[in-house]
Amino acid sequence: MLPPGVTSNTFADAIRQFQGIVGRDWVFTSDEDVALYKDAYSPFWGEKDEILVSAAVAPDTAEEVSRVVRVANTLKIPIYPISTGKNLGYGGSAPNLSGSVVLDLKRMNRVIEVDDKRHFAIVEPGVSYFDLYRHIQERGLRVQIDVPDPGWGSVIGNAMDHGVGYGFGGFRDHFYSHCGMEVVLPNGEIVRTGMGALPGAKTWGEYHYGVGPYVDGLFGQSNFGVVTKMGFHLLPAPESYLTGTVIVPRRSDIILLVEGGNQLEHAGVIGMPEYGSPLGGFGGAADPELRALMARPGGPSVAELEQHAEKTNRGFFSLNLQFYGGQKVVRAQWEYAQEVFAGIRGVKFNEGQFIKFPATQEQLDRAHKVAIGVPNMAIFQIGARSALNPSPTDGHLWFSPLIPKSGEAILEAQDVFMKAFRDMNMPSLVSLSSVPATWMHRAFVFIMGFPVYRTNIEQNKKTRELFKHLIQVAADHGWGEYRTPPAFQQQVTDTYSWNNHALRRFHETLKDAVDPNGIIAAGRYGIWPKQMRRQKKA
Amino acid sequence: MKIIPALIGALGLFAMDAAAADAGQIEEGKQVYQTWCWNCHGEGVGKPGTQALAAKYKGSRPAILDQRTDLAPAATKLFVRKGISIMPFFRKTEITDAQLDALAFYLARNATKPNGK
Repeated sequence: MLPPGVTSNTFADAIRQFQGIVGRDWVFTSDEDVALYKDAYSPFWGEKDEILVSAAVAPDTAEEVSRVVRVANTLKIPIYPISTGKNLGYGGSAPNLSGSVVLDLKRMNRVIEVDDKRHFAIVEPGVSYFDLYRHIQERGLRVQIDVPDPGWGSVIGNAMDHGVGYGFGGFRDHFYSHCGMEVVLPNGEIVRTGMGALPGAKTWGEYHYGVGPYVDGLFGQSNFGVVTKMGFHLLPAPESYLTGTVIVPRRSDIILLVEGGNQLEHAGVIGMPEYGSPLGGFGGAADPELRALMARPGGPSVAELEQHAEKTNRGFFSLNLQFYGGQKVVRAQWEYAQEVFAGIRGVKFNEGQFIKFPATQEQLDRAHKVAIGVPNMAIFQIGARSALNPSPTDGHLWFSPLIPKSGEAILEAQDVFMKAFRDMNMPSLVSLSSVPATWMHRAFVFIMGFPVYRTNIEQNKKTRELFKHLIQVAADHGWGEYRTPPAFQQQVTDTYSWNNHALRRFHETLKDAVDPNGIIAAGRYGIWPKQMRRQKKA
Repeated sequence: MKIIPALIGALGLFAMDAAAADAGQIEEGKQVYQTWCWNCHGEGVGKPGTQALAAKYKGSRPAILDQRTDLAPAATKLFVRKGISIMPFFRKTEITDAQLDALAFYLARNATKPNGK
């Protein structure tokens, strides 16, 4: 396969030059090798629209990245940078444009610096959460990293796609908590942002802005450069960790529950608030009576669910609070939190897990590991074969609309999305007790995961249609996705259309100025090079 | 006659070299396993690969991958490069061909056929 618009002679020339820069072993062109860069969770698996790549190049240093980019820019070869390539559910290691050459940065896996007195790290793109955690543990450094669900992802790559984690406050927003970048621009020039622009700077990992315009935001979910180093602020390792659960009896209690959760979180009292419903979560209801109620045509009424919650003494919604800090502090914070919710009629409180670090293996096994900064892979239990799931999927897509951080918004989102599923005649992933994810510090994400299959094209087609419908329904209600797989990036960015797509047009102006040949990540988040713009938008 | 001790010596040396090579291969394969497989396929809670294989084999085979005695190297290589269910395939920048050889050798070390070959 050739990149679009590139002759076989030019492509052969590019490959030769890439080999000269990174070595023959690190340029992949065989069908067998380039197939490894497909999106393993592609919703187009086996169809003509599945995204394929023409080759992959794996540099080892920023200087090699710069040289590869210069060659690509000279020969007008489309390239697509990946870090560890594990953006599964949001595109994996595949580009937006078929025929692109993947710039695979996995070999750049050096932890440059971790400072446990000033609490930051500087890393390369190939460093995974497992790598950084191991580096910290082996040296006994007193910092906690903020980790997303799968630990094999790239610290940089996750932040660049606006990925999120489970820890304390703004640390969960991995782009927000970054500090300083090194970027290879489309012309091959290497720039450092923030304090990194100052030769010999002593505060690259500490102060975001340097002086003048702050440009870092341009490189996330975009295609203006290739990030080769990045700093991150880290949480000082806490002395202890405590959880406590607040349980409320009625559906409408979610409004006061969220108000209290916001008050505690935005004041820095708690880490990530975890909303749930004792009536069932991801795995559905375990109780046969409740399962029958849920499965009834038309579903249960609110009153029936509340009666069931009362009869079984379960409660309707719950909020798990997480406290980090000194032992006396977390105990006092839990006591204070109970005061905050005391006004809700029928509220109950359950104290959960207490850990005085270092955690024992038994404590670790019981804990939600990501909440205490321990990377792992347990999330893949969803979708994998299990006793309850004898028919495993081949992957998933994440639909991730942001809704306001209020109980009213949760109730509205439940109603709106339940109707959206009904309108598409598809089984609903949303019920009257569904809750949003709370990774974002200042918004909720009403996330849903849809299975994809390598052998069921018809089901994948239905899922794509449903996904598109949900994007539109969400936009009609003022909810936009924070992140989406390449297959839907055009549609999602189309919904961010205020003032006749003014933001899109500004992105395109920047693209034309920074990357006039359009070589980097063409089409990523709806930003196409000038020469492809009309064709791709059509 | 003098040739025989020399031959025996040479064969012995060869055998020792082969054993050392096997041990090196197993050690390297074990490291690859720890880095790339253990987090899903190892022992303990929260291991989706172990959970999946336990549900699949229902006790007829070990659910923990490196306790298996029936994993031919070709099977390991196929799963790593093609993926299976929600386990994606692995690129050569993650697991090189040489590392995959070592991994396959390690996982086949207890196979009923010598070295799993």
